[in-house]
Amino acid sequence: MSDLVKKTAAELVSMLQKSEVSSVDVTKAHLDRIEKLNPTINSFLHVTAEQALKVAQDVDRRRAAGEKLPKLAGLPIAVKDNLTTTDAPTTCGSRMLQGWVPQYDATVVTKLRNEFMPILGKTNLDEFAMGSSTEFSAYGPSRNPWDTERIPGGSGGGSASAVAGYLAPLAIGSDTGGSIRFPAAVTGTVGTKPTYGAVSRYGLIALASSLDQIGPVSRTVLDAALLQDVIGGHDAKDSTSLTKDFGSMAELAANRDVKGLRVGVIKQLSGEGFQPGVKACFNESLALLAANGAEIVEVDCPSFEYAISAYYLILPAEASSNLAKFDSVRFGMRVNPSDNATIEQVMAATREAGFGPEVKRRIILGTYALSSGAYDAYYGAAQKVRTLIQRDFDAAFAKADVLVSPTAPTTAFKFGEKVADPLAMYLNDIATIPANLAGTPGMSIPNGLASEDGLPSGIQILAPAMEDHRLYRVGAALEALHEAVWGKRLMDSAPELKVGA
Amino acid sequence: MAKEELMNYEKALEQFEVVIGLEVHVELNTKTKMFCGCRNDFGDEPNTNVCPVCIGLPGSLPAVNRQAVENSIAIGLALGCSIASSCRFARKQYFYPDLAKNFQTSQYDEPIAFEGSIDIEVPSGNVFTVAIERAHMEEDAGKLTHVGGSTGRIHGAEFSLVDYNRAGVPLVEIVTKPILGAGAEAPELAAAYVRSIRDIVKALNVSEARMERGNVRCDANVSLRRHGEAKLGTRTETKNVNSLRSIERAVRYEIQRQAHILAAGGSITQETRHWHEDRGITSSGRLKSDADDYRYFPEPDLLPVQPSVALIDSIRAALPENPAARRKRLAGEWSFSELEFRDVVNAGLLDHVEATVAAGASAQSARKWWTGEVARIANAENKDVDELGVTPAHVAELATLVESGKINDRIAREVLAAVIAGEGSPAEVVAAKGLEVVSDDGALLAAIDEALAKQPDVLEKIREGKVQAAGAVIGAVMQAMKGQADAARVRELVIERANS
Repeated sequence: MSDLVKKTAAELVSMLQKSEVSSVDVTKAHLDRIEKLNPTINSFLHVTAEQALKVAQDVDRRRAAGEKLPKLAGLPIAVKDNLTTTDAPTTCGSRMLQGWVPQYDATVVTKLRNEFMPILGKTNLDEFAMGSSTEFSAYGPSRNPWDTERIPGGSGGGSASAVAGYLAPLAIGSDTGGSIRFPAAVTGTVGTKPTYGAVSRYGLIALASSLDQIGPVSRTVLDAALLQDVIGGHDAKDSTSLTKDFGSMAELAANRDVKGLRVGVIKQLSGEGFQPGVKACFNESLALLAANGAEIVEVDCPSFEYAISAYYLILPAEASSNLAKFDSVRFGMRVNPSDNATIEQVMAATREAGFGPEVKRRIILGTYALSSGAYDAYYGAAQKVRTLIQRDFDAAFAKADVLVSPTAPTTAFKFGEKVADPLAMYLNDIATIPANLAGTPGMSIPNGLASEDGLPSGIQILAPAMEDHRLYRVGAALEALHEAVWGKRLMDSAPELKVGA
Repeated sequence: MAKEELMNYEKALEQFEVVIGLEVHVELNTKTKMFCGCRNDFGDEPNTNVCPVCIGLPGSLPAVNRQAVENSIAIGLALGCSIASSCRFARKQYFYPDLAKNFQTSQYDEPIAFEGSIDIEVPSGNVFTVAIERAHMEEDAGKLTHVGGSTGRIHGAEFSLVDYNRAGVPLVEIVTKPILGAGAEAPELAAAYVRSIRDIVKALNVSEARMERGNVRCDANVSLRRHGEAKLGTRTETKNVNSLRSIERAVRYEIQRQAHILAAGGSITQETRHWHEDRGITSSGRLKSDADDYRYFPEPDLLPVQPSVALIDSIRAALPENPAARRKRLAGEWSFSELEFRDVVNAGLLDHVEATVAAGASAQSARKWWTGEVARIANAENKDVDELGVTPAHVAELATLVESGKINDRIAREVLAAVIAGEGSPAEVVAAKGLEVVSDDGALLAAIDEALAKQPDVLEKIREGKVQAAGAVIGAVMQAMKGQADAARVRELVIERANS
């Protein structure tokens, strides 16, 4: 393995800026590794080697000419395949969009291009981001670099496995109920869901509009901050994007002192029902924070108990509507069931063939939740729960600067373990969903290996809306404390990923 | 589509009370569409004014057109509505290929304007107050063209084409409360109401307001109930009745059709009906029932629209005079006959006449010029009056030149033609061409004497009382003066000569 791929994004940026390494070399090192390992790990659905190298060459030429370049210029990145790109297919992991090349770039993709970041390719996901394991991708699951028999988390298992397997230094993810944070937890990486509206959703193929948020996938907190600084900011094309200037996360996170920091432990997410090794890692981190001057307080969030129920009404309701446009009329798959088929028959046959089982399940759930007669009892009630969860957060943040919980109840499970049991699969997101319902930011960072299986666990840090910098500050502080205790990064414990493993 | 049996109209009204409800869609004339930056220009080459947003490509998001919101507020205020301090868009969901996202972004339980009313005068002079339930914002769908069938409808068509230029065009839907008590005048009231809406949106300059182009479209709900019955009857909704005359006819037809069914003990099916202009009938369309579940829910991609009090106040302050009130005022000020006034209104020349009067002309001469010579030339050249380049100031100047005797009517028409040809203002044309009438009696007398020399018997005839004999001399003099003489003065001088 080239030493270059082991570097953090921050290290590569520094080397690129000093011309100690060329963007072409950095990009090639990653493309080589993708070529070698992607057939095994299936992180990427499309690799855009040619376009990436072209950008890298351009950056090197400009830098040689003494041109002033953006901070991350020349640093390669991977993009989840639910963001539109004009130079690569955008499939959402669905047969419905096989081969579809959009006519426009997502705002985030435009920002990456304006930063001169070579885009290595598009990463795998559960179909339309519905799932926690990538097993619902129409193009096969991605594999966890720690154990290729296990899931890399989902829906953003492609981005997480690419970053954990050193196929990319950074990646873009999207998080509707934990799709950035859960994969981060089970792959030993860092996953951040910004405040709702902090990153433009224009060009993100919507799962649930009121819950979706794009965010950084990285191996360190600083790397996440560097990427957030590139992708954040108001966009007139997304009416829900915030106009507030959040400032630079990389700069705001510089103060890593936890002395006097009030850390809230959520009573409802403090470990009951969690895997013992995951719980043990969590308690160790709490002790570490306390030992370094943080004040640990318990906070009560009684409505979190209903979060999953509310989420699985609001999400399918919005998804059933967002996915209505996949009807074969203007783009994507078209199935003609017979020569004289009516438009309704073509639409039905296309949707039958184009959507996988989880997508259909949620469309049916959501259609029902919005139907007259069911609306008040389901969608209406779920919206009320959402308000209660926001109130729980408000009360908790009156007592604590940040809240913490294990990111997920378990470490990475084996393929096939939960795929036939939707309710078991949905429970993976029990700790991550409340932040999506409230629109507040959350970050998962590596939290040690669970003793029973030696696999990574994650700790989730939560902050009030628009206080994203607290995640970076606390995350970077805890990351540094961990490294001091472990004597290395968690990722350094990962086994070497082998071809065909 | 057999012609159904109808009850005699008077008989129907004896037995039943008529209840109507009107839904009028107004297409706004904003530069861009409701939720994207595409040009709001439906007549262009199909599918040229489209983008990821209005054809519903995956990943695209809507952004509300501020001008459309302001126009909607103006319509609401002109209809006496309250304006919501906060309102939301909602998704109305159904699958149809003209609907790019398979949902229409509309407003449901939170319209921007609600609870208004408007007084409508019908031809008899009766005035009815129509209560407005709401006016809400929404986007138009694309336009489907069904090819290969005989009816132009989807059934029987070989294939259908979609033009998404219209998809996302901003609409305001104005919905009345049930209108009761109009009796026999219900059809006239329906037409007069739509005419008023058309006039209002035109005066507000928020819509092109041309019904023949579909800028203003009406769906008419009609139901009947027996006199004294408390419960409203089952209604039908006749769609897209697109001229004032057809609205009146369609409502009248539905009254007679429903009356026949009810009187025979039948019941009315709640349904959408189509109006057939050529045959003057409605026919059954889609069944409307509880099965229509649009699964409305608040549009999560848009924030609530929250117009400030200052914005609403500034729109209110800029509202033009209500068209009906304005007509009433002008009719009083100008003292035209009813026919004269209607001519001006129907020709769309009310603004022109008003501005011409303001520029100093008398109302009668302003009316005569605009509805007369100017309209005639526009008609002959197949142009709109406004395309001629004649301004109210021009017409006022022309009228003043005539009234002060500086030019006569014939010269004035020549001057007007020169103004249209771009030769300057009427006064400039008169000066440049030397068209001012000859008012020098000396010059006129010389010409008269010359003419008399050729027709010596004229003076004698006049003396004998045959005053009309002067005509021949007047004609000759006018010819000699190239028309630039005041014929009345010439006539006076000829008679003086005869009597001197």
